[in-house]
Amino acid sequence: MEIVAKDCLAPRIVRLVVKAPRIAAKAQPGHFVVVRLNDRAERIPLTIADFDRAAGTITLIIQEVGKSTAMINAMEPGQSFADVLGPLGTPYPIEKVGTVVGVAGGLGAAPLYPKVKALYEAGNRVIVILGAQRRELLILMEELRAVSHELIVATDDGSYGEHGLVTVPLRRVLEREKVDEVIAIGPVPMMDACCRITRELNVKTVVSLNAVMVDGTGMCGGCRVTVGGQSKFCCVDGPAFDGLQVDFAELRQRQRYYNAQEREAYQAHQHGMEGCRCRAK
Amino acid sequence: MPRQVMPKQDPAERSRNFGEVALGFTPEQAAAEAARCLNCKKRFCVQGCPVEVDIPDFIQLLKAGDPAGAAAKIKEKNSLPAICGRVCPQESQCEKECILAKKGEPIAIGGLERFVADYAAEQAGGTVRPAKALPYRAAIIGAGPAGLTAAADLALQGFDVTIFESLHEAGGVLQYGIPQFRLPKEIVGREVEYIKQLGVKLETSVLVGQTVTVPELLEQGFQTIFIGTGAGLPYFLNVPGENLNGVYSANEFLTRVNLMKAYRFPEYDTPVRIGERVAVVGGGNVAMDAARTSLRLGAKAVYIVYRRSEEELPARYEEIENAKEEGIIFRLLTNPVRIIGDEQGVVQALECIRMELGEPDRSGRRRPVAVPGSEFQFPVDSVIVAIGQGPNPVLLRNTTGLQLNERGYIQADPETLATSIPGVFAGGDIVTGAATVIAAMGAGKKAARRMVEYCKQKYPNG
Ligand SMILES: Cc1cc2nc3c(=O)[nH]c(=O)nc-3n(C[C@H](O)[C@H](O)[C@H](O)COP(=O)(O)OP(=O)(O)OC[C@H]3O[C@@H](n4cnc5c(N)ncnc54)[C@H](O)[C@@H]3O)c2cc1C
Ligand SMILES: Cc1cc2nc3c(=O)[nH]c(=O)nc-3n(C[C@H](O)[C@H](O)[C@H](O)COP(=O)(O)OP(=O)(O)OC[C@H]3O[C@@H](n4cnc5c(N)ncnc54)[C@H](O)[C@@H]3O)c2cc1C
Ligand code: SF4
Ligand code: FES
Repeated sequence: MEIVAKDCLAPRIVRLVVKAPRIAAKAQPGHFVVVRLNDRAERIPLTIADFDRAAGTITLIIQEVGKSTAMINAMEPGQSFADVLGPLGTPYPIEKVGTVVGVAGGLGAAPLYPKVKALYEAGNRVIVILGAQRRELLILMEELRAVSHELIVATDDGSYGEHGLVTVPLRRVLEREKVDEVIAIGPVPMMDACCRITRELNVKTVVSLNAVMVDGTGMCGGCRVTVGGQSKFCCVDGPAFDGLQVDFAELRQRQRYYNAQEREAYQAHQHGMEGCRCRAK
Repeated sequence: MPRQVMPKQDPAERSRNFGEVALGFTPEQAAAEAARCLNCKKRFCVQGCPVEVDIPDFIQLLKAGDPAGAAAKIKEKNSLPAICGRVCPQESQCEKECILAKKGEPIAIGGLERFVADYAAEQAGGTVRPAKALPYRAAIIGAGPAGLTAAADLALQGFDVTIFESLHEAGGVLQYGIPQFRLPKEIVGREVEYIKQLGVKLETSVLVGQTVTVPELLEQGFQTIFIGTGAGLPYFLNVPGENLNGVYSANEFLTRVNLMKAYRFPEYDTPVRIGERVAVVGGGNVAMDAARTSLRLGAKAVYIVYRRSEEELPARYEEIENAKEEGIIFRLLTNPVRIIGDEQGVVQALECIRMELGEPDRSGRRRPVAVPGSEFQFPVDSVIVAIGQGPNPVLLRNTTGLQLNERGYIQADPETLATSIPGVFAGGDIVTGAATVIAAMGAGKKAARRMVEYCKQKYPNG
């Protein structure tokens, strides 16, 4: 599973194009893969941010948050993953529903992109709200602009677009016009905040959850999330779920369980590591 | 002469390392044990073996000083002898039927099988018999004992065989479930290597149903398919607090430790976190494995919480004994009702209720009944749920036309193992529900025989 192209989208965010013909042939918006860098590596879930069936490639966008993602982002074209398993998960249903608002927080733009692209191509009116902490962390802006009728950009520090969180333009759009569906993808607090607004305004909302996974095939049960009071396996039942039903507090807690060990591994790893070019920025 | 007793690592020591518990017979012990075999005319032991290993024949070869010949004899019927010698429940199969069992001391068939397999593996080469190539391609889905056995048998018949496995290593439960100290992964690797030497192709990280589907495999020119995907869906208790941090399914816990080598974190990247006090819910082999693994990860107190009494514990007797020797604490007639967490959402205590045994239920075992008002709590840092598993839905939901039974497993003809899709066969845990390694292997064998017949009949000219 060779890397055929790499570019840096933002500090610590890398885009890799990976040769994976069998996965590219099957990929649908909403699918993800589980990768393993080498024989000692963890199994890491990553969204298929784009795919090219003709070229037999899939695109991954990876943010460095710990040891595994740091090692992946330090890879260069010509190098290969030990394993890439996929496509996994349930594809996102692409239908003509009317008006769709896609909200992306930070890296959430990566999983949002293939969905809004397909929804746009399916003839929906698409509004995208793209947010990040600061200007240089905005990713896929031009790509998203090309597949939306309206693109609203917001940064937490006001360094680009609107000053503030994505929830502000979200509320404005929902109060301005009739919206049939909201897709919100990003950090858990951001998805939670979006759902608080859409619940109040009673708009169908889909979120994509990033539970901690091991196998990604429904075998370990480690990725369980509570949706509508029921336990679901994020990897096979999701990763997209009805956001108005998700127990976000539990999801946040579960994501944090290994933090101490992860920090230890990350710090040990950073000693004497070259790292990715983008880290310099 | 009494039955030879296999040496084991000292309990105090072994409960802190991942080295193999049972050390295997010495050559002298193996010779002494082989000498006990009566080489009976009526081969009761063979009848007790689900894959019909020619037990007296291999024992006689061993006795005659030909362990390599003995190994070859076993491999005529069993492609995974070093594994079976370690994890088969011999006490309820071949050894139970052995004529000497009447006097209480059957031949240690499992121990001898293990000895022979390990001996043969140390001698380079092995016994790979190239078969006359036939013009048939078979796809095997799942590299557990069922799939590996079907693959080996088909390859021996001259089929062109490809195994598709969703994990990154072959072996199924042997790889991700059964711990290193009972079944070293080097042994699993070695037996998988043997199957590859037979010409079987292995493609890991392919999830059939997602990466490729059953109908697509048929279209791609595989004339016949065997599904051996196992029972890999963990069941949970459905009690409050089950999604707290520190609550694992046995599958997740064992996968982290065995497949991902979390016991060697941070040398390996996958972490596991259990704390000092661990409760394992359940009483089968899986529960014993999880409990003993917890101990080896450094837990100070490990409890088996089981709702019936000692008599009903479904685990192998030997493993219960091993667990006790190592200091696992058994809380019998005890059933969890709630898991309690702290402000961080991490497990803090387990609340249980005492049980008593009432009337026998449909399984013939006495039904456990809760004693009202007997709830009590005890502090734990993690809870491992090992109460069984069901069929993994991924392949099933993406294979139209595949008939399932009322329990959600694949419906396969008990004689032919044929499914509702022509050319597609299934066996092992995905048909029977969680069973044993050897039962899965038996199914793989049976299916392979039928798959050969099917192809020869359906495609007489290839
Ligand atoms: C369906 C899905 C799709 C994802 N898509 C992307 C993507 O396209 N791009 C991207 O950069 N990230 C994505 N992630 C998150 C990514 O998997 C984690 O960032 C990565 O596993 C962190 O590994 P690490 O060793 O670098 O960091 P660690 O130091 O191990 O962890 C840092 C944080 O990442 C999360 N995390 C850790 N291990 C896992 C795991 N096995 N599964 C899920 N989350 C974990 C935890 O919240 C943890 O606190 C996705 C996650 C899921 C579940
Ligand atoms: C912890 C534990 C301890 C045990 N101890 C013993 C013991 O001591 N003795 C004993 O006899 N039995 C024991 N068992 C039971 C025994 O391991 C199983 O009965 C046996 O492994 C079943 O074999 P199988 O080939 O049917 O399935 P599995 O071993 O489950 O193998 C199925 C394989 O298929 C793969 N797979 C699943 N879905 C797909 C798909 N869609 N595409 C591709 N691949 C797929 C899985 O990854 C797996 O590798 C134990 C089980 C467990 C969990
Ligand atoms: S029944 Fe027992 S004694 Fe007789 S041949 Fe079999 S193993 Fe030997
Ligand atoms: S990641 Fe193991 S069940 Fe979902």
